[in-house]
Amino acid sequence: MQSVGIQLEGVSKTYPNGHVAVRPIDLTAAPGEFLVLVGPSGCGKSTLLRLIAGLETPSSGRIVIGGVDVTTAPAQERDLAMVFQSYALYPHMTVRDNLAYGLKVRGVSHSVTRERVARVADALGITTMLDRRPAQLSGGERQRVALGRAMVREPKAFLFDEPLSNLDPSLRAHARAELRHLHQRLGATMIHVTHDQEEAMTLSGRIAVMREGRVEQVAAPLEIYNTPVNTFVAQFMGAPSMNLLPARLLGLNAPEGSLVGIRPHDVLLESSGAIEAAVEMVEPRGHDYLVHLRLVAPNAPSLVASAPAAPIERRVFLQFPRERLHLFAPDGRRVIEDHLRRNALQ
Amino acid sequence: MNNAIDPHREERRLAALLIAPAAGLIVVMALFPIAATVSEALHGHDLRLPWLGRPFVGLANFVEAAGDPRFLSAVGHTVLFALVSVPIEIALGVALALVMHRALRGRAAIRVVALLPWTVPTIVAALIWRFMFESYSTASFDWFVHPRAAWVPIVAADVWKTTPFVAILLLAGLQTIDPAIDEAARIDGAGPLRRFFTVTLPLLGPALVVATAFRALDALRLFDLVYVMTGGGPGTATEPLSLYAFVALMQRLRFGYGAALSMTVFLLTFAFALIWIRTVGHSLTDDHV
Amino acid sequence: MTRTAGVIAGGLLLAALLYPIYRMIAASMAPDPSVFAVPLLPTAFSFEHYRALFDERDFLVPIRNSLIVAAATTALAIPVAGACAYALARLRMRGRGLILSMILAVSMFPQISIVGPLYLLLRELHLLNTYPGLVLPYLTFSTPLAVWLLTAFFRQLPRDLEEAAMIDGASRLRAAWDVVLPLAAPGIASAAILTFLYCWNEFLFALSFTLGPERYTVPVSIMLFRSRYQIPWGEVLAATVVASIPVVILVLTCQRRIVAGLSAGASKG
Repeated sequence: MQSVGIQLEGVSKTYPNGHVAVRPIDLTAAPGEFLVLVGPSGCGKSTLLRLIAGLETPSSGRIVIGGVDVTTAPAQERDLAMVFQSYALYPHMTVRDNLAYGLKVRGVSHSVTRERVARVADALGITTMLDRRPAQLSGGERQRVALGRAMVREPKAFLFDEPLSNLDPSLRAHARAELRHLHQRLGATMIHVTHDQEEAMTLSGRIAVMREGRVEQVAAPLEIYNTPVNTFVAQFMGAPSMNLLPARLLGLNAPEGSLVGIRPHDVLLESSGAIEAAVEMVEPRGHDYLVHLRLVAPNAPSLVASAPAAPIERRVFLQFPRERLHLFAPDGRRVIEDHLRRNALQ
Repeated sequence: MNNAIDPHREERRLAALLIAPAAGLIVVMALFPIAATVSEALHGHDLRLPWLGRPFVGLANFVEAAGDPRFLSAVGHTVLFALVSVPIEIALGVALALVMHRALRGRAAIRVVALLPWTVPTIVAALIWRFMFESYSTASFDWFVHPRAAWVPIVAADVWKTTPFVAILLLAGLQTIDPAIDEAARIDGAGPLRRFFTVTLPLLGPALVVATAFRALDALRLFDLVYVMTGGGPGTATEPLSLYAFVALMQRLRFGYGAALSMTVFLLTFAFALIWIRTVGHSLTDDHV
Repeated sequence: MTRTAGVIAGGLLLAALLYPIYRMIAASMAPDPSVFAVPLLPTAFSFEHYRALFDERDFLVPIRNSLIVAAATTALAIPVAGACAYALARLRMRGRGLILSMILAVSMFPQISIVGPLYLLLRELHLLNTYPGLVLPYLTFSTPLAVWLLTAFFRQLPRDLEEAAMIDGASRLRAAWDVVLPLAAPGIASAAILTFLYCWNEFLFALSFTLGPERYTVPVSIMLFRSRYQIPWGEVLAATVVASIPVVILVLTCQRRIVAGLSAGASKG
């Protein structure tokens, strides 16, 4: 199966009622890449996916799949496969017919269809369910059938619209692993939409973080985690959220309104130090503790730290290792100029 | 091939194709006749006097109607009938809907019993009730000879026949009410009657509006029932507007005048619909979450 | 306590609904002179009226006519209305509001206003006293209701099933046939039943557009039993019982569908 690249050039979508779902976006998925679109609800990630699928037409821009401009081509002709959040299995057809439908519609011969269906069913472990109806399957089984329906088509690329959201949390980790294996095995281009930042981090590839119709940052997970390009990305990715504090509060030499970010697990709790805080609440998480703190400072900003052990005292001192600090300008963007950073973090 | 100007052209064409049969049918078999009726109403056309031709007379037919005592009584009959029967049907419909909603056993049987009056042909209903009331008539009091009393079997038959229809419309509304709300009221200490009036009934509001509108529109167009039951009699004591229009058209062959009369039936229903939507319909769309 | 009061009240209501039908059946089977004086629980039964109905009044003819007209109308109305409803529910189109208002307006229009011109139109087309002469008007006036119902049903179906089919490569029409239609089957059944009932029960058009006993439908035929001075109650009631049988059968077997159809129409209204 030949995997293809997908390019979006200046693609935007504005609805007739004036709602701007997607602002002009340039985005490229390389052949065989696993790209995740992540963001809060309403950020336009699902719309973007549907534009790629051909279920919506863009208000502007070009969509190129495998070197072919498909901007005006209907969904039927794009040779993509999509797994919906609700799986959208045909309820009145057996699993076998569900899998075979895409091939039947394209006039693929019976023998080829039968062979492919059997192969995919075997790969996903659903051979025993071929003659059942979707209503008789569990959530996890349905998800696999949805996956199988996509795989049978041997499409140019796979599109996933939050396919794991409907699963029980206990199944989700397992399903994620299966998706990763699938990608490794098939080497196909996959675009995956989710609102769960943890899912995004563990699955990809590359992550495109979206907000209000724009792509804020596209990069590998670690890069997004370590060098978020603005406060939104910094707080959206990583749980619990990165703490943001006024830079001046920490005595840093930065313009008024600048923010300093530090992730909870980078905050060190000491018995003495420069920054004093009061412990408000401790949440044991099993593998660590979430400590909710309030700085002893003007406006008493709150802070979350994750620590291996629960603090004994109600008053603690915090240490922020310089190299774990992120500096953000007043407009929210990351300060990348080295001299500014060095200047600030004296 | 650039479809950027109209990317949905294919879809629109398909839509037009799919709608064509229904739309074509309605235009030819309904809209043209309606237009013809409007036109007839504005002309003098009496089949018994063909030598007079078919001159344009403007609103003369309507003016004649306004001064026609039989027309005025017919309007009065129609409106009064609606004012009396619709509230009864709504009230009983609510009761029946509650019975159907709360029944724990034999739901299917209850639904069958409830549906039967509505599904039997109107003329069957008319004949059954005529039969029953004739059997209640004595030598000294014949229900169908008394001008006012004759309305009773008519109203009874209409209520009997249409209460199930109202009940089913309301049943749908009842089923969308979140049972948790009623339970919350119960915990708050409200008794069943109070809960009905302060929780159930208000939440049933939209369904009641729809049901009342449907029923009122039908009541204003009353024809089949009266034609079969009393023929408008005794005399013209039970003649609603539609029946008078029919008489003028088919029996007296005054097509122009009959058309004008049937137009007034339409105008009556239209006026009601307008008023209804203005007053009640608006308040609904306002607090529609 | 209120529970039992409710049950009693409910029972009374249902009994009141059932009573007239019971009377009708009982009286239709009463030996003639005592048609009016039938006791509540009759002991004497006679099928004389039924026999007269079929032997002397040839009641099979109107039954056949009604069946043919109702079946033909339903068979035509469903595809016509279904296509229209699918377009309204799912496709992008101009003038959706216009079409819907037109459909609503037609169903609101009093039949009496249309009888005259329709009569003349059918006479022009030489369709008076024929089956098509009834099917056409019935089709026209049952279609709005069917469109209304089916549009409501189609709207309730989840969109992503059709989208999945389209991504799988099916054209819109193909997706509609393979995926939407099977799922809309209950709605279609409801619309069909309600259309059939409408045709079976319809009176005014049948009265106006049929001219002789060979084409009368059941309601018209019953109506014309009455002579100038008397109504032959025995036979009339027997006829009403017979006229109600298909209805009862439909209600008994499809009450769920009927209720579902009416409710869907209501919630969309």
